[in-house]
Amino acid sequence: MLHLENIVRRYPNGVTALEAVDFRIETGDFLVLLGPSGCGKSTLLRLIAGLDQPQQGRLAWDSAPLGPGDIGFVFQDPTLMPWATAAENAALPLRLRGLDPTPAHAMLARVGLAGFETVRPSKLSGGMRMRVSIARALAPRPRLLLMDEPFAALDEFTRHLLQEDLRALAKESGCTTVFVTHSIYEAAFLATRVAVMSPRPGRIAATHGFTEPVGERLDATFAARVAILTQSLAAQRAG
Amino acid sequence: MNRFAPVVSFAAALAAWQLAVWGLHVPSYLVPGPLAIGGAFLADPGGLLRALLATLMVTAASLAAACFAGVLLACAMAANPWARALIKPWAVILQVTPVVAVAPLIVVWVGNPFAAMVLCATIVAFFPVFANTAAGLEAAPPELLDLFRLSGAGRWQEIWLLRLPAALPYFLAGLRVSGGLALVGAVVAEFVTGAGGAASGLAFRILEAGYRLQVPRMFACLALLSAAGLAINAALGAVSSAVLARRS
Repeated sequence: MLHLENIVRRYPNGVTALEAVDFRIETGDFLVLLGPSGCGKSTLLRLIAGLDQPQQGRLAWDSAPLGPGDIGFVFQDPTLMPWATAAENAALPLRLRGLDPTPAHAMLARVGLAGFETVRPSKLSGGMRMRVSIARALAPRPRLLLMDEPFAALDEFTRHLLQEDLRALAKESGCTTVFVTHSIYEAAFLATRVAVMSPRPGRIAATHGFTEPVGERLDATFAARVAILTQSLAAQRAG
Repeated sequence: MNRFAPVVSFAAALAAWQLAVWGLHVPSYLVPGPLAIGGAFLADPGGLLRALLATLMVTAASLAAACFAGVLLACAMAANPWARALIKPWAVILQVTPVVAVAPLIVVWVGNPFAAMVLCATIVAFFPVFANTAAGLEAAPPELLDLFRLSGAGRWQEIWLLRLPAALPYFLAGLRVSGGLALVGAVVAEFVTGAGGAASGLAFRILEAGYRLQVPRMFACLALLSAAGLAINAALGAVSSAVLARRS
């Protein structure tokens, strides 16, 4: 789907966030970008979204570059409009493009918020607000879903529920997903492929493809993935 | 209990004021007591209330004009960097220029006394609502702005659907300040234009009472202005609370 070729991103203060990042995102991937805080994961996600530009390198799309509505973005905070209802928030990308908002209602129901359409964000829990944010990103049926540590601020119980829902939603929709996290367990549970990033300046230090699906969090496949990713991160620290 | 504290303190201050005037034998042409002021009001309630109404009409018209112009220009600034570069210096010039200095020119240029007074008061009331709305339009969450960009939203969609709703609390805060300033501006404009006659406002009545050494009547006019200022502040505060409560 997308080849990131030798991407370099420096901030105006001289800090190099990304150095020679080179990897591919394949169609249908659930790619997790795993790395320590400050390694440039979010910067990389913004570059893929087209919200930022690299100083060097290029993003080579296999087909035409994705346009409005082809990319869904879920931020670390739900970033909902507090003055709008859950349904209005979920329908925002459709409304901005002059499309029928009905799919947003269906998507709200799919993420478990049927009956909450007319409720404003201030009356929803943190987990419910994130569900609205996910519904908003998926309602226009994007080809690429970008998620920037969306569950980092949630409690463990809610995070597990949302991870399970997200995995099912990604499988149903078939859209390519790039998910940023610094949690090995989250990466092990969700990913079909993990790109491990080095500390700043961020590089893709290793990639791991996982073909065998994880069933439960405590099964052998999950444990094996956690072990592989832990070793990979330890190697980064040592190297 | 806290709700009654302002009333109790106000009543106590009035009582102390009256007792001081009585005790010190202060003549009413220097400092009248609250009873003399009340008496002056009761001597001509119709005339003073008509003058208050005239002042409030100028206040309301100038506040509406300040809101319209302030929001419009703030939106233009948010929509276009050229408009920002063009408008901002003029807005600052308008803010720092004393209205008393330009009012005589406005009276000459505009001609119609009511329109001249509204224009003077609008200049005084304009800046808080303009500056607050402009700040609010810039305070939209950056992630939502990114989302609008990703969805291919146009500049006016961004302003109408995101920046303006995000600016509402800022606008309401500015409106409350501008409400008080519109009243101040209306009184200053009346002083400067010296508009008299049957439809004259409270400022003219103060001048008129001053010429006649009717000091209790001057104080009655001042008391009405203070009451009007409090009422405007409370009304705009209530509107602000209701609007913000309704949307959260």
